[in-house]
Amino acid sequence: MIKPHGGQLVDRNVKKKDVDLEGYKTFEISTNTSEDILNIANGIFSPLKGFLCKNDLNNILNEKRLENDTPWTIPILIDFDKNDIKDIKEGDKVLLTNKETGITSVLDVEEIQSYDKKSIAQNVYKTQDVNHPGVANIYNMKEKLIGGKITVYDTKVREYDKYNLTPKETRFLFKEKGWRDIVAFQTRNPPHIGHEYVQKTALTFVDGIFINPIIGKKKSGDFTDDVILASYDTLMKHYYLKERAVMSILRTSMKYAGPREAIHHAIMRKNFGCTHFIVGRDHAGVGNYYGPYDAHDIFAEFPDLGIVPLFFRSFSRCTKCDSVVNDKICPHDQKYHINFAGKKIREILRNGQVPSEDMMRKEVSETILKFDKTFVE
Amino acid sequence: MEKESKNYTTISIPTPLAKKIKERIKGTGFTSLSSYVTYVLREIISSDREENEEAFTKEDEEKVRDRLRALGYLE
Ligand SMILES: [Zn+2]
Repeated sequence: MIKPHGGQLVDRNVKKKDVDLEGYKTFEISTNTSEDILNIANGIFSPLKGFLCKNDLNNILNEKRLENDTPWTIPILIDFDKNDIKDIKEGDKVLLTNKETGITSVLDVEEIQSYDKKSIAQNVYKTQDVNHPGVANIYNMKEKLIGGKITVYDTKVREYDKYNLTPKETRFLFKEKGWRDIVAFQTRNPPHIGHEYVQKTALTFVDGIFINPIIGKKKSGDFTDDVILASYDTLMKHYYLKERAVMSILRTSMKYAGPREAIHHAIMRKNFGCTHFIVGRDHAGVGNYYGPYDAHDIFAEFPDLGIVPLFFRSFSRCTKCDSVVNDKICPHDQKYHINFAGKKIREILRNGQVPSEDMMRKEVSETILKFDKTFVE
Repeated sequence: MEKESKNYTTISIPTPLAKKIKERIKGTGFTSLSSYVTYVLREIISSDREENEEAFTKEDEEKVRDRLRALGYLE
């Protein structure tokens, strides 16, 4: 089994009984932040044990690495209103809760710092444009950051938990299945034929595929989580070998940080036990902020990433080859090619129509069309 | 890297080797001897593919196995 990022799988979950949490100042935090905490606690963000302190943050912005040289590209931060923490000093502990995730966690206040939002925006997102959703999120953050380790004492069972495996569980599962080489596929959409082609092309050379949709806060117009999960269930039932494919969810927000986020996505999958990671065109991009293959090129900066990226440039249906092809294997002119435009498929489904079977499996379309609410409003 | 920085340290390599490397990285994406040497060393240090054995207690293992079975991930 591949080593977790940084060498060891982090586990910051502790059974409640042994500490008295009364008396700590309590903050009700956002669902997104509480999901970051759970991802730290369960080792998805290994080697992070908490929210970033200044040295790590600066190093990530400038070098795309933690202070100890481990690759890390996306800052994991918790922000506070300066008035809310005016009585808090370094060395204190604070209690963090959230109703939706039912989380009870403690943050060790190791460092309180001010920070430069523009520098984060420019370095992480390569733009200071507020129209970029990731930049907008940074600009909406409160004035102060607290860096320090977290500990999770409690959380509740939530929707989709039957699809929610921790790295500890996926690593055990892969071992039980006898998989050594495992390719991860990141997604936010129901599968069309192009996705299936990419997945199966990669799967041909490894032992198993780990399909890992991101569940959580999305943009309006995106497919709902229910639709994504049900459509994959259907595809896997009809078109995948049970012993070769596993799906579980990842609860985290999309940052739309393009290339930097591609590295972050790969690191999380490495922690789940995957050895390979599929990177498509404009991975984790939004608008025209990144070049279509920036998310491929960035991997060249990380000879020590420890998970192998598999790059796909394009795929389409070639009417001359009479199959799904990519730009490396089909010599035919563009006029023979039909693209898998996600937008077009979305439009067809929005009108309650069934996309052509060249685009999407019939069973998958039917599954999607059964839902009343297909898209996030 | 003229300026002393706590983030960088200087190492010595034989001059002829440095010359060879400089020749070799011409026209590649590497902008300096240092960036090339850093790249190669990072690659070597991470290629330690020692197997990672999860430290599962028997109880832990049973718990994980039970959950994976209950969810249908394992037979
Ligand atoms: Zn062709």
